[in-house]
Amino acid sequence: MTRRVLIIEDEPNIIESLAWLLGREGFDVTSEQDGGAALDRIARETPDLVILDVMLPHCDGFEILRAIRAGKDTARTPVIMLTARGQARDRETAEKLGVDLFITKPFLNSHVVESARRLAARAEP
Amino acid sequence: MISSNLIIGVCTAYVVLLFGVAFLADRRARRGRLDWLQSPLVYTLSISVYCTGWTFYGAVGSAARSGLEFVAIYTGPVIVFIGWWWFLRKLVRIGRLQRITSIADLVSSRYGKSNTLAVLVTVLAVVASTPYIALQLQSLTLSFTVFAPAREGIPPDGAGFWIAAGLALFTILFGTRNVDANERHHGVVTAIALEAVIKLVALVAVGLFVVFGLGGGPGEVFADMPPALTAPEGFGARWLTITFLSGAAVVCLPRMFQVTVVENVDERHLATAAWAFPLYLLLICLFVLPIAVTGLRLLPPGANPDMFVLTLPLMAGQDVLALVALIGGFSSATSMVIVATIALSTMVSNHIIMPIWLRLTLRETKTSGDVRSMLLISRRASIIVLLLLGYLYFRLSGSSTALASIGLIAFAGVAQILPSLVAGVFWRGATRRAALAATACGFAIWVYTLLLPSFEAGLGAPGLLANGPWGIAALRPHALFGLEGVDPLSHALFWSMSVNVAVLVGVSLVTLPSPLERLQAALFVDVFRMQTAAPGAYIRRYATSEDLFTLAQRILGTEPAHRLFTELARDQGLSSGLPRPDDALIERLERELAGAVGAASAHAMVGQIASGETISMGALISIADETAQIVEYSHRLEEKSRELEETAAELRLANMRLQELGAQRDAFLAQVSHELRTPMTSIRSFSDILRENRDLPPEQARRFLGIISDESQRLTRLLDEILDLGFLESRRVAWELEQVDLEDVLDRALSATEALTARSGLRITRSARQRDAQVMAQRDRLAQVFINLISNAVKYAGPDAALTLTIRAERGGITVDVADDGPGVPDSDREQIFEKFARARGLYDSRGAGLGLPISREIMRNFGGDLTLRASRRGAIFRVYLPRPGTEAAQRAAAAPGSGSTAGAATGAMPPRAAAADDSAPGLG
Repeated sequence: MTRRVLIIEDEPNIIESLAWLLGREGFDVTSEQDGGAALDRIARETPDLVILDVMLPHCDGFEILRAIRAGKDTARTPVIMLTARGQARDRETAEKLGVDLFITKPFLNSHVVESARRLAARAEP
Repeated sequence: MISSNLIIGVCTAYVVLLFGVAFLADRRARRGRLDWLQSPLVYTLSISVYCTGWTFYGAVGSAARSGLEFVAIYTGPVIVFIGWWWFLRKLVRIGRLQRITSIADLVSSRYGKSNTLAVLVTVLAVVASTPYIALQLQSLTLSFTVFAPAREGIPPDGAGFWIAAGLALFTILFGTRNVDANERHHGVVTAIALEAVIKLVALVAVGLFVVFGLGGGPGEVFADMPPALTAPEGFGARWLTITFLSGAAVVCLPRMFQVTVVENVDERHLATAAWAFPLYLLLICLFVLPIAVTGLRLLPPGANPDMFVLTLPLMAGQDVLALVALIGGFSSATSMVIVATIALSTMVSNHIIMPIWLRLTLRETKTSGDVRSMLLISRRASIIVLLLLGYLYFRLSGSSTALASIGLIAFAGVAQILPSLVAGVFWRGATRRAALAATACGFAIWVYTLLLPSFEAGLGAPGLLANGPWGIAALRPHALFGLEGVDPLSHALFWSMSVNVAVLVGVSLVTLPSPLERLQAALFVDVFRMQTAAPGAYIRRYATSEDLFTLAQRILGTEPAHRLFTELARDQGLSSGLPRPDDALIERLERELAGAVGAASAHAMVGQIASGETISMGALISIADETAQIVEYSHRLEEKSRELEETAAELRLANMRLQELGAQRDAFLAQVSHELRTPMTSIRSFSDILRENRDLPPEQARRFLGIISDESQRLTRLLDEILDLGFLESRRVAWELEQVDLEDVLDRALSATEALTARSGLRITRSARQRDAQVMAQRDRLAQVFINLISNAVKYAGPDAALTLTIRAERGGITVDVADDGPGVPDSDREQIFEKFARARGLYDSRGAGLGLPISREIMRNFGGDLTLRASRRGAIFRVYLPRPGTEAAQRAAAAPGSGSTAGAATGAMPPRAAAADDSAPGLG
């Protein structure tokens, strides 16, 4: 079964690199640049893994995480958060909201890939 | 009957005895064997100089006329010595520490060493004491006439003269041996003490004889006492007045001050005097009433009651007792005259003669001891003059006035010093002007209401008392302002004291003391709180040791001056040579000299050779008493705590601002971090992919490399913008503006963005060229603003949008509207788009870092202009405003700090952003 990963990120170049890396690992990669649209997609598609940027236009990454955890079907979906702000407070907020992994940009490719593989495996029933 | 020769012989023998005692005591003192000379008993007996011939004879007379009124003369002193001994102790302490020579000296020293005040007090004392001295001469003469009633060749006046001459001689011999207040007149004091014993013994002896010899026991004596003598009305206002006056006199009379304060060798003697002196007074007045009653009963009507002490023994044929009584009266009168003239001559020579002489000889050559010898001469002359004055008064006033009333007039006179004296040692706020005015007013009222009326007969103005001057009833000396029905003494005391105290308090409150007054006030009022006898140097002065030594020599004489300076040098730890002329030394010397010439003269003399006198507030504070220190301290604490509160409030505010700034900075850093990390993430990720996947298809590899290149450029641009904005915001340097043609600048901006606009299909319309579009700006920076606005339009207005550039002349400036027909900016975001990283906060969706508009606005504001977003229904309209050259705003911009060559260099250091705007740059937005 193909694992589906949703990347929510406003930087096209970063989406492109993540998509390339995870696609090579056999993930089914979809992406969304807008927070609001991302929420709909998560509810509809219930991905096996969500990679989420903190700073998004019109919507905060934390709100999306809260929505994911509040959703009936998505409460246990693994979430990796990416941030470019590098503030310790953000990590605390994310962990309180139940993030699975919090990674500060720029990231190490292998770290993201291996984490994604591990978390997606856990998500399988 | 006693012959005149016997009387003269006895008196002469007695005087010789006094001389002998004084001589021996002086010699003993000079040899340093002071033992009993310094006993509290001698001190107490010398204080009994209070009991004069007036007391000795006059008390009986007073008792015969007014009953118990005479007791009031003693109640005052008793109250003072028992109840106010601490006040006397304070005077004694001040007297010793400040080397006080007289009451005038004390008052003048307290009020800033004012010589004027010293002169006033001296004049007052002399005027008040002259009748008093005359009174003694009168009582002496009267007593002689009792023995030799105007016969046998001794005319009463002649007796008065010779008595005066003899007293002058005695006083000169023993009262002016030395000039220093510190060297006590042991000889005189001992002689006075002896006289005190004699007069007490004499009066008690007469009393015992009268009660038990003539009267047949105390019961018998008082059995037929005239009821008028114990009438209760005797204890009215007048009784209180006399009590008050006698209390004041025992402090303020120059002779009392002399024996109590100046001649005091040990403060503790006051403790003895506090009970022994009242006891002495009790014994003195014990037999007054019996003698008076018996005299009234036994002697023929019309007999002078003032002489009962003599006439009763004479009537009974007790010649020896009468002689003893005469010697007693003689003792009383002479002791008073001697001490009074010593005290007054000191005052006159120190405060009147010396200042005049000093002024006259200011520029003359100074010889050793000249001041000292001058001082001795002036004191001796003063003694003679004072006694002569007393004698003249005695001759001129006639003997009509009763003894007691003269004495009370004198008391009321010297009592005028009391307010300034008491205020001086208890109230720091009393000032020199106040003391001068108060004493002068009191003095004047006393002269007018008491002294002048006592001369009435001699003045040739008999109507004065009855009708007042020029017939003004309100100014009648005995009924000022309609105050009638009061006895003249109470009347005078009421007015003089009321005015005196009122003026003292009133003027003190409205005048400011000089620093020296403040200093002296503190030294006097807080004398018991001073740590040491010489509390240090409060006055800063400069003088040479040589000058100081010369001065000391002039006043003290060579030998004493040499001794003093050797001692001073030793105190400073020097084995030889002159001591260092520091402030403490000058102050000590001034105090030593004050002991000889008085504080005011000493201060003036030291002032002649010392320069730069200042009294620091710090010094004044340092000698403030404990209360004052605590008050001061608590004031300072209050002030400090208020300051601290203010500081705390400021700190809280500053902290809040810092926190705000910190929050702003944190937000900014988070933004910068985000803006930097985002391109870095792409760069790192793709370069790792390229490094780890060598077998990528070339097309894909090229694409990834392109992204890396783009993101690197973004990174560089971002850094440039951050640095540029930081530079613009710091406003450390003023910009050097030049006159630029706005149309030219627009041309430049349009050509720089030509490629960009062509690619995006943006259509640009431009308003008709203005001929006069001169502004003050920097060409490159202004172009940068327009390039940024055009780039933004390319990015946000959407494909194939239209852009209109409209130049318009406004009042005082020129505006350029840059309007697109894109989606525009919501009203709520109109200001926020000018904030840093506005885009990152989700306001904008763009590739720029969000610094273009803040930078552009900063640039415009540095030109004295502005960049705003106008409200519009459709599209975004940015308005660039620039002031015209010569307008206020332009000048303000040009006049900003640091303009000049450095400004040019600084701006020149920044790369012109316009040049960097090539077609690969998506813009600054």
